[in-house]
Amino acid sequence: MSAPGVRPLLRLEGVTKRFGSTVALDGVDFELRAGEVHALMGENGAGKSTLMKILAGNIQRDSGRILLDGAEVEIRSPAEAKAHGIAIIHQELNTVPAMTVAENLALGREPRNRYGALDRRAMLESAHEKLARIGARIDPRRELGELSVGMQQMVEIARAVSEDARILVLDEPTAALSQGEALHLYDIIDEMRAAGAGLVYISHRMEEVWRLADRVTVFRDGRYVATRDKGEISPPDVVSMMVGRDLDDLYHRGPRTPGEVVLDVRDLTDGGRVGPVSFQVRAGEVVCLAGLVGAGRTEVARMIFGADRAAGGTVTVKGASVTASGPRRAIAAGIAMVPESRKEQALFLDHSVEDNIALGSLERFGGGGVLRRGHIRGAVKDQMRRLRLRLSALDLAAKDLSGGNQQKAVLARWLLRDADVLILDEPTRGVDIGAKSEIYEIVAELVAAGKAVLVVSSDLPEAIGISDRILVMREGRIVHELDSRTATEEDVMLHATGTLARTAGGPSWRTE
Amino acid sequence: MTDHTIAGERDGAARRDGVPAPTPGFAYWWDRLGIVAVLIVLVALMAAIAPNFATVDNLLNIARSISINAILAAGMTFVILTAGIDLSVGSIVAVSGVVAVLCAVADVPAPLAILAGVLAGAVAGLLNGLLTSYLALAAFIVTLGTMTCLRGLAYTMTDGQPIVSNTLNFRDIGNGYMLGVPVPVVVMAVVYLVAWFLLERTRYGRHVYAVGGNAEAARLAGVNVRLVTTSVYVLAGACAGLAGVIFAARVVSAQPTAGTGYELDAIAAVVLGGTSLMGGRGRILGTLVGSIILGVLSTGLILMNVPFFTQLLIKGVVIILAIGIDSLKRRPLRLSR
Repeated sequence: MSAPGVRPLLRLEGVTKRFGSTVALDGVDFELRAGEVHALMGENGAGKSTLMKILAGNIQRDSGRILLDGAEVEIRSPAEAKAHGIAIIHQELNTVPAMTVAENLALGREPRNRYGALDRRAMLESAHEKLARIGARIDPRRELGELSVGMQQMVEIARAVSEDARILVLDEPTAALSQGEALHLYDIIDEMRAAGAGLVYISHRMEEVWRLADRVTVFRDGRYVATRDKGEISPPDVVSMMVGRDLDDLYHRGPRTPGEVVLDVRDLTDGGRVGPVSFQVRAGEVVCLAGLVGAGRTEVARMIFGADRAAGGTVTVKGASVTASGPRRAIAAGIAMVPESRKEQALFLDHSVEDNIALGSLERFGGGGVLRRGHIRGAVKDQMRRLRLRLSALDLAAKDLSGGNQQKAVLARWLLRDADVLILDEPTRGVDIGAKSEIYEIVAELVAAGKAVLVVSSDLPEAIGISDRILVMREGRIVHELDSRTATEEDVMLHATGTLARTAGGPSWRTE
Repeated sequence: MTDHTIAGERDGAARRDGVPAPTPGFAYWWDRLGIVAVLIVLVALMAAIAPNFATVDNLLNIARSISINAILAAGMTFVILTAGIDLSVGSIVAVSGVVAVLCAVADVPAPLAILAGVLAGAVAGLLNGLLTSYLALAAFIVTLGTMTCLRGLAYTMTDGQPIVSNTLNFRDIGNGYMLGVPVPVVVMAVVYLVAWFLLERTRYGRHVYAVGGNAEAARLAGVNVRLVTTSVYVLAGACAGLAGVIFAARVVSAQPTAGTGYELDAIAAVVLGGTSLMGGRGRILGTLVGSIILGVLSTGLILMNVPFFTQLLIKGVVIILAIGIDSLKRRPLRLSR
């Protein structure tokens, strides 16, 4: 790892940004040196994304100064940000799925031949070159939308790198990447650092921050807390800086004694890539499906819930056959699912938090189809209190909540139904540490109340910390079962990647 | 990037204790009452310019003239709330009018003739709904097709000629009065009461909004998305059927050309009323106000002796202006775009 340079590439001084009556950034300072990876950390709502948007030229600061190479600059538009050599890799992709990889890479600067027509060959060649530069083996002629999210993200990174960015801001870049893809991204980041670029790295994953960053800056509630060299501090220090308090036992694990089998899955298969899988979840037990992205975990979860139809196999809940033909059947049988992607699959972003929570249980409030609004509101409020969602959020649109609070609202919807089996697919993705802890607490509470919980998680410490048993999936099948009390992250990865059987080597990098 | 992240920051800031939730500002009230304000200004303007505008007779006339479009727009609101569209309602107006008149001519009692017209509309709507939800065809295309088919059906049933029946037994639904109020206006009021109740006070209404807001999330939350989607087209068809019967009663005949272009006026009223074409957002009472605005504008311009061609120009401009204001007020949420 190269020593960080001392020349400040970018300085922010006293930057403030208000949205209406609330202050998103309150006079924050930030400094980025050439040749360093600077992690920016904080809970959701701490102001990281606002700062990023100011750097990207998407929004304007209200006051404060931005200095590049010691000279004060204005960033009034994304084009100006680009001209200053600032590139941003967003959580959400900024590409056109219906176009090819090459077309995306050339977007806005399409090469033309001497007749002024699009020069497809030059475009392809330059795409090859750009992809090769970051070592991504992706066919530039493929339509972008056909690629995995991880691959799409690599294309976006290739674009940023090709623009010779001096300052690269990465916002949760690995959220959608598989382990192999993430490792590859780390290599690219190391190369860019060695080449003298300044990188701002925004992430909730402490592990990767510790792997990559030279310095760490923490924001809390829109205010600057501190900047530290990585050598001076430890991950728990950062966490307590982020939340402003010490975290007690994150996973809230008490002694557990699983009871009767509640969920029994036999030979479940989608008729193709996934299955057959068989497993059971008992009352008062948390079982985690672990594995790489694409191992079939989400597919299994969705088939149990009936979100996708299974081609074969049976699902029983408390001895009664479900084998769900659709979500309504599963819900009636006492199964609930918090899906992988809350914004696309769970939330009504424009609707109020109350409507979002109540929607799954309207018939439980009787009235023969006529809403009993007082009852509903009362019941919704009870769940919000239980999840520590502030009640003033009741009438806010779901899109106005932070990621953690959105996830709590989705959970509240199912808590209201009091389901026997709860399926949680990546329950804490993009959720800040405070809300994470509260979600774990609720899971612990549900388990204590005798519910059966099935978790799909790519976050290994979470997978181990939250569960009683871990079922490791690879290529559509359950390949191993681990006891969470003794399992280590290495155990899970070993089985998930099938590394035991393969020769050691660098991360494999395949086009899907 | 979406509004979400910015909003997330706002949420984070508000999370600090002691920061009160912002009090409803201009945007909040504009969202709810802006369109009513437009209506009031429009009425005041008309009353000032056109001498006989603000008379009871004239206002009742306006109410009667808007009733058909308002009833169509009520059904259309359900469809648009689910992010769908129904282009066939104008043709349904013709078919159901023909059905009702043919029944009446065959000495079917008036209530049954009316019912037959409404049912004809509902059946046409059912066809739209089934094609849209179970075959997953785009609503625009399905209803474009049925629009043409049903128009053809109306011509076929009448041999292309109007069926005039001076003794039409259900003529009162178009021309009668109830306690001094024109019957079509009473029917319109009932339709809006029912629609409001369905959307605001029943589980079904929540499901309509949910399907339009996020169909996949609705499905995973246990909503029967196909059934809801089908049902809104049935409602739109039934409303169009009712409108068709009223139209036939007004003109005391079955006209195969009835309702041509009405679907666009209905859509205009819905959108004027603040319902998003993207689905999931809007209010039924907004639609009523939207229809009234269009009606007041038409009548007012006629009273002012504005030539017909100019009327069209003005109406178009007003629609675009109203939608423009509507999108302006939402702009602050889209800083990142």
